[in-house]
Amino acid sequence: MIKKTLEPILVEHEFFKGLAKKHLDIIVGCAKNVRFEAGQFVFREGEDANEFFIVRSGKISLETFAPGRGAIIIQTINADDVLGWSWLFPPYKRHFDARALLQTRAISLDGACLRGKCEKDHDLGYELMKRFADIMVNRLQATRMQLLDVYGNSK
Amino acid sequence: MAGPVMEPMLPKSFLISAVRKETPDTFTFELAPANGGIAPYGPGQFNMLYVFGVGEIPISISGDPRKPQTLAHTTRAVGPVTKAMSRLGRGDSLGVRGPYGTQWPVAEAAGRDVVLVAGGIGLAPLRPAIYHIMANRDHYRNCVLLYGARTPQDILFRKDLAQWRASTDIEIHVTVDRGIPCWRENVGVITTLIPKAPFDKLNTVAMVCGPEVMMRFTVMELLQRGVPPQSIYMSMERNMKCGVGFCGHCQHGPTFICKNGPVFRYDLIEEWFAKREI
Repeated sequence: MIKKTLEPILVEHEFFKGLAKKHLDIIVGCAKNVRFEAGQFVFREGEDANEFFIVRSGKISLETFAPGRGAIIIQTINADDVLGWSWLFPPYKRHFDARALLQTRAISLDGACLRGKCEKDHDLGYELMKRFADIMVNRLQATRMQLLDVYGNSK
Repeated sequence: MAGPVMEPMLPKSFLISAVRKETPDTFTFELAPANGGIAPYGPGQFNMLYVFGVGEIPISISGDPRKPQTLAHTTRAVGPVTKAMSRLGRGDSLGVRGPYGTQWPVAEAAGRDVVLVAGGIGLAPLRPAIYHIMANRDHYRNCVLLYGARTPQDILFRKDLAQWRASTDIEIHVTVDRGIPCWRENVGVITTLIPKAPFDKLNTVAMVCGPEVMMRFTVMELLQRGVPPQSIYMSMERNMKCGVGFCGHCQHGPTFICKNGPVFRYDLIEEWFAKREI
């Protein structure tokens, strides 16, 4: 039942556009709906990274905690964004906390399961890696711009 | 429509009628003429403001062009003149020359989507265009304001933003480069808002204002989204002195920012934009 409701959503999602039917079927088989209340952690820094998320609605902050400074929000993830890539790379550990800022609905994809499928089917692995590389490049560029502190007082 | 300035090098005396602190280092002056009236101005134009005994600087007009009784200028205290300006109060006088320069393409944008991208104090020069659009809302299709600031404390014109949001005539997305725990909106750079902003890439006019490096990345993202270069407008800034294209201080390739700008269509300056030797 879950697969039937999630398939059209995943097929239409920008991240999965262009994937072969056999690969989409694998991904749909690894997907489930999840919901987080405002303030609830999606994952915590240092935890095993065994899933990633397609955000359907709401907002999630990616943050870290610094003693004396509290939670520092690094980035927010909104509807249609993809959250989490640590499941792809050893040691498969979360680098940051992710917390729902608003009530958030998402599709969780079982990364541990997909890692195994990617090892067996390198075409699937390549397709996923291409898509995550695109996200990583965009986030790297955004982080570089953030480091420029473009609104800072240069005088 | 803004008319020609009759005495372009002669400042007129204005009195500060109100001062509003926008952020810890940014303030808005409302200015009323000591004698006579205020020359009509268009969205995007600027005045040369003269702090007597200190110096003169170009500052964009941030007020509503439909309310010509006072002039509004929003300034960040960063240099000697703006710091001196920040020490002035109600009743003090300033010299004003202007208005000068080109305007935001509010007429050309009629019948199209409008996306306004403002970074930091760049919201101030765009505010007259927003006032114009809101007053003539039925002339435009989707209107989107994307606004990026350094931190939540640096957000300008909070009252206006709340009013514009409440009106539902314009979709507003605000992001900050550095979040704080109580902040519930976006954290991330302004360019991250562009891919999902609701506008038709081929029937949009984009107006961009902010630090030049922010505008560079914004233009790249707009082009990536498919907005044609001739639909992108930006407000440029250089060392403007005379304001009327005499002195050459603000030369930018074959143009003078003060006279041919500050608002330029991107494709007309593309060749010189971001060239570090210029």
